[in-house]
Amino acid sequence: MEILEMILLSFLVVCAVSVALSKNLLTSIVIFMAYSVIMSIIWMILESPDLAITEAAVGAGVTSVLFYITLKKIHAMKGEEDDEAEE
Amino acid sequence: MKPRSDYELSLWRRLVRFVDGETLADVERRAEENRVSDALSQKKVDVEAETLFEQQEKEDRDDRKRRLEMEHQKEAEELLEKYKNWPKEHGVKIFGRLYAIMAVLLCAVIITTLLVTVSYLPEYGSPDNPNNNEVVEKYNKEGLQDTGAVNNVAGMILDYRAFDTLGESHVLFVAAVCVMILLRLELTKDGKPTDTKRAEEENDRLYEPKNDKILQLSAKILVPVIIMYGIYVVLNGHLSPGGGFSGGAIIGAGLILYVNAFGFEKAKRIMNRKNYAVISVVPLLFYALAKGYSFFTGANHLESGIPKGTPGNILSAGLILPLNICVGIVVACTMYHFYTLFRKGGM
Repeated sequence: MEILEMILLSFLVVCAVSVALSKNLLTSIVIFMAYSVIMSIIWMILESPDLAITEAAVGAGVTSVLFYITLKKIHAMKGEEDDEAEE
Repeated sequence: MKPRSDYELSLWRRLVRFVDGETLADVERRAEENRVSDALSQKKVDVEAETLFEQQEKEDRDDRKRRLEMEHQKEAEELLEKYKNWPKEHGVKIFGRLYAIMAVLLCAVIITTLLVTVSYLPEYGSPDNPNNNEVVEKYNKEGLQDTGAVNNVAGMILDYRAFDTLGESHVLFVAAVCVMILLRLELTKDGKPTDTKRAEEENDRLYEPKNDKILQLSAKILVPVIIMYGIYVVLNGHLSPGGGFSGGAIIGAGLILYVNAFGFEKAKRIMNRKNYAVISVVPLLFYALAKGYSFFTGANHLESGIPKGTPGNILSAGLILPLNICVGIVVACTMYHFYTLFRKGGM
């Protein structure tokens, strides 16, 4: 269990750093989702399942969806122009 | 380098030639040649210069004046340009460098502060920890008796500290209202968006679902399961992990998936502006009525009159179950509303 915790925590640090360093906003959001999922597993290990459920639903789910919409609104997603041109 | 015109006649040159083996006659002849050629060239130059000089004298005077003025102006302009561009070229650079240095410094300071603080924290899970005091003991021992909730967290947030959760629900509601003020489409009196706004938003309607078969099929399978699971989490809040907030978020996520697959037209049948107003305000009002008095009694709760029931049953724990449902509805509505506001500025 100790080793699993260590691995998860190191993942957390890697995710946190790479969110800040990644140039593509879409990549940042996906990494942010991964961060939330890892965080919810850590909450499970820390014996607080309530928080784990909330973290998974809000952090990995709704927040990321809102980020996606915002990216679409400001036309920051790559390949979006091609989609529009096809229609 | 060009020698001077009288270089050939100079003493030094004569000495050099003498050493080279020239005779005196040679020297005289050379001097004569020099003199003749010099005079000739001088004459030519003189004539040319005279004509040119006369012509140019007038032009030159005007020209020089003009050129001087131009040069002055140019210099002044260049100076002004340089002066204007200085902050652009150097100021930003200096500011950027300073900014980066200060950011790194600030980060380092915060990180060291946090690390030092963490090093003073008591060991995780140790029984001697200061937070392991009589408060925890009371909640752990008598929580089930007092609240009737098997899930101690639900008993805590919806019974002992219910007025905290009331504030949280209202924070969420206020946040939704603020987002609405920022992103909502302005409507005319007939309930239709104004022309400029509609033109702006028309672009976004492109993103309405385009009958994506894969998405629709997966949504058909997943949405009922997700919403059922959300309802389960809400209703079982006092028995198992979860509760109003997490269950509401799950239901909201299910609704968002449904809208993505089938479009706003179909979702409008359930969730339109009117229904949203009723659905999100009534639970809040109920919550405020049920627990608002805590602000006046100093967080001491009164007997609700609802029997506690046997712990473990779905109908137990008094007011916790209805309050969970209230919070769940508010959160689900708020999540969905956030999505619609971000997406197209209203339901």
